[in-house]
Amino acid sequence: MKAFAQLFLSLDETNKTNEKVRILKDYFNCVPDTDKMHMLALFTGRKPKRQINSTLFKLWALEALHLPAWLFEESYHVVGDLAETIALLFPQNTEQSSSKTLTECIAEINALSTYTEEEKKTWLLQSWSILDTQERFVFNKLMTGSFRVGVSQNLVVKAVADIANLDANVLTHRIMGSWAPEEYTFAQLIQPKQDSEDISRPYPFFLAYPIQETSTVQKSVEDLQGALGDAAEWQAEWKWDGIRAQLIKRDGQLFIWSRGEDLSTDKFPELHPFMKDLPDGTVLDGEILSFRNGLPLPFNVLQTRIGRKNLTKKILEDSPVSLIAYDCLEFNGEDIRYKTQTERRTILESLHHDNAHPEIFNISPLINFSSWDELSEIRGQSREMIAEGIMLKRKNATYQVGRRRGDWWKWKIDPLSIDAVMIYAQKGHGRRADLYTDYTFAVWDGDKLVPFAKAYSGLTDAEINKVDYFVKRNTLEKFGPVRTVKPELVFEIGFEGINKSTRHKSGVALRFPRILRWRHDKPKEEADSIETLKALLGENEL
Amino acid sequence: MPRKPLLEFTDKGIYCAKGKFYIDPWKPVDDAVITHAHADHAYVGHKHYLAHRLSREVMYYRLGEINLQTVEYGETVIKNGVEITLFPAGHVIGSAQIRVVSQGEIWVVSGDYKTEDDGVCAPFEPVKCHHFISECTFGMPVYQWKPQAQLFADMNNWWQHNVENNLATVVVGYSLGKAQRIIQNLDLSIGTIYTHGVIENTNEALRRNGVILNPTTRITVDSIKEEVRKGIIIAPPSAVGSPWMRKFQPYSFGYCSGWMAIRGAKRRRAADRGFVLSDHADWSGLISAIDATGCESVYLTHGYTASFTRYLNDIGFDAHEVHTLYGGEEEGIEASSQPSSEEKEQDPKVSPTGVDLEGASSRDDLSEANNKALSLGEGLGGIL
Repeated sequence: MKAFAQLFLSLDETNKTNEKVRILKDYFNCVPDTDKMHMLALFTGRKPKRQINSTLFKLWALEALHLPAWLFEESYHVVGDLAETIALLFPQNTEQSSSKTLTECIAEINALSTYTEEEKKTWLLQSWSILDTQERFVFNKLMTGSFRVGVSQNLVVKAVADIANLDANVLTHRIMGSWAPEEYTFAQLIQPKQDSEDISRPYPFFLAYPIQETSTVQKSVEDLQGALGDAAEWQAEWKWDGIRAQLIKRDGQLFIWSRGEDLSTDKFPELHPFMKDLPDGTVLDGEILSFRNGLPLPFNVLQTRIGRKNLTKKILEDSPVSLIAYDCLEFNGEDIRYKTQTERRTILESLHHDNAHPEIFNISPLINFSSWDELSEIRGQSREMIAEGIMLKRKNATYQVGRRRGDWWKWKIDPLSIDAVMIYAQKGHGRRADLYTDYTFAVWDGDKLVPFAKAYSGLTDAEINKVDYFVKRNTLEKFGPVRTVKPELVFEIGFEGINKSTRHKSGVALRFPRILRWRHDKPKEEADSIETLKALLGENEL
Repeated sequence: MPRKPLLEFTDKGIYCAKGKFYIDPWKPVDDAVITHAHADHAYVGHKHYLAHRLSREVMYYRLGEINLQTVEYGETVIKNGVEITLFPAGHVIGSAQIRVVSQGEIWVVSGDYKTEDDGVCAPFEPVKCHHFISECTFGMPVYQWKPQAQLFADMNNWWQHNVENNLATVVVGYSLGKAQRIIQNLDLSIGTIYTHGVIENTNEALRRNGVILNPTTRITVDSIKEEVRKGIIIAPPSAVGSPWMRKFQPYSFGYCSGWMAIRGAKRRRAADRGFVLSDHADWSGLISAIDATGCESVYLTHGYTASFTRYLNDIGFDAHEVHTLYGGEEEGIEASSQPSSEEKEQDPKVSPTGVDLEGASSRDDLSEANNKALSLGEGLGGIL
């Protein structure tokens, strides 16, 4: 636990990639193999099952700390992280620290499932008392399941790849899918050839790089020609707004993986018939969308079924899904990621052709275009297509690992936008802790301001500091962590879509709202009205 | 009619009507008593200043030609029958708590303070009083300082490690206070201490005042870069990310501030190392200091005033929140829009008051109360 806590601290203390890799390698070189696998699991989002819920976790901390509940809450808002708050509030044990390994620590956590509540409490209080502040923080992170580190999976993979002398792409593939650190050994992970492949294992997703545009700076046809070359070398498709997924059929078994590496096979029962009809040894890449009458529905329809434990009949009827496939990664049991985009597309088309369920197995149609000029024109129809823009894929490119510049580009359309007044502010989390960074925006309804969206991204650090300064000096009221601020600051809010909502006061719900820019030039009176917002609703409804 | 309190909070600063003087006023006044030389406490434009002897040279350097009277700790000055005595605040060299006594009524204005003895300035001394006016910059229980010995051991190890890895070492801290505390605690066997001009100007002022500091070398255009890179560079917060600092690349840069206790704040500064080092009292330091005064009531001027006031009331103190314009040097590094004390310091002759007051005086509630003394309780704190 000591080494793991130190790893966390060291990683926090540098912003340099090479240094982070060095720290990770140092860690791998000094801990037992079982700890390495536990660390890998944690750093790739495979956290231990939560054994104590956050209500009890907080309650027991409060009891041990002898602090009033409100002060604990306010401390939390200052720190912006529950695990860290609790770690800081306990007295500093400067002499003590734990000699347990990470493996032992996680085994203890897993063993809690057989404990009574009273035993859990005793164990938790005992654990807090023997750890130093940094260890307590990392321990709390393990316990509360909010385990995020400032290190990308790529860096961790690079460190292991360096140590084991393996190719990073191979390793990335080997840590995909479902595995438990208790069963997967480090020796298995790094052996030169892996024989017993896990049949559910997905491939690492290839992610497109965005073509950078802002609402004021657009890419010209010449820019595209310059950056991408001849239009004839590219394949274009619509960019669908659904759930990116990999669908696997191996040995007669079906697996559906979402991009977050969640196994969601049971969440999409409608897709099983077409998957059963695929030949064994097939892996498809595509987007799962809600469809009705052959047309995709806006993302918020799909949203109603994400996160549901039970898919009721009503949900399945209201929000049926289909797949829009756009790539094939494995065919007849062979990894075909090395083939070109065009070759893989041909295979995908043949699979589609042979399948008996075209209503749930669509393939993303290719857009016919002969010049960047023409494609630019076609991109303007994205919204009617319920698409977010256009995907560009180089015809002779292989299927690569992760986000890579060069062969896959996403060219999104401009977001919808509206000028709104900030009316509430709340403190942020993580690196925005103790700064007012989460804002609620309103538009005019007659002479009243109605809130319609929350956004917390899009400003620079310098702008955030200025808004924070404004909020602290222009607070009208405080409701717990929320401050009502003097309506004065106007921002341009961008969003990808807008839909009717019965849950929100304004009657609309936005998709991906974010701040495009601070309109210093606009007084609050010139912000948009609810009518303007509702007009966008009309345009966007099909 | 109840008797008027000896000290009151006005829109110019803390005022003693009976003695006709202000303490740390932020608008020009005739008679100002200054707790310490930081820019959010010692403004330009007053006709007469009273401060501790060790604040003298720094105040001349920062404020220019001012009419300044200095005293020792424990020495009493009488203004219009009101006794004024300075006691050590332990914040920075020359920092003082101001005790004001009249007809048996005792008030103490803490200015900024810390309770740990840093070995550089005179350590904080609790002063018995009826009314205590306190800061609470770090008035939340998540702020707990480690003993500085441990912290400087870490800093010296880090410096040593950098030297071995051919990295320059840049440590950032406020030029009056943090800088001297660092300078006095570095292990000189590792190398030479180099200073940014702003820091060295303050060091020189302190030396003129008779303060003995470890030897430091000012970085100038003639400094040999490779030599400087082997030493440790002390720089003010305003140097972070500047071309001046980039000259010493590759370097490891450490930030010294109480805010470094929180991971989020540390990540925001993007420092290689965050040293949790503050010249303000931590949570338990504040409570023990307030408790030691034996005061009947306590007024919180800057920091987490709302929460800290509420907590003090919860545990049996009579605590009040008041609004002031203090809170420059530690808070300034967080809110860059706020004219930070460092920025002011670079052009010490220019009055920062106009900028500072912009936020407050534009408020409707305030313009009405303009120039009118507000009574306690419904003072400027009532707005927030």
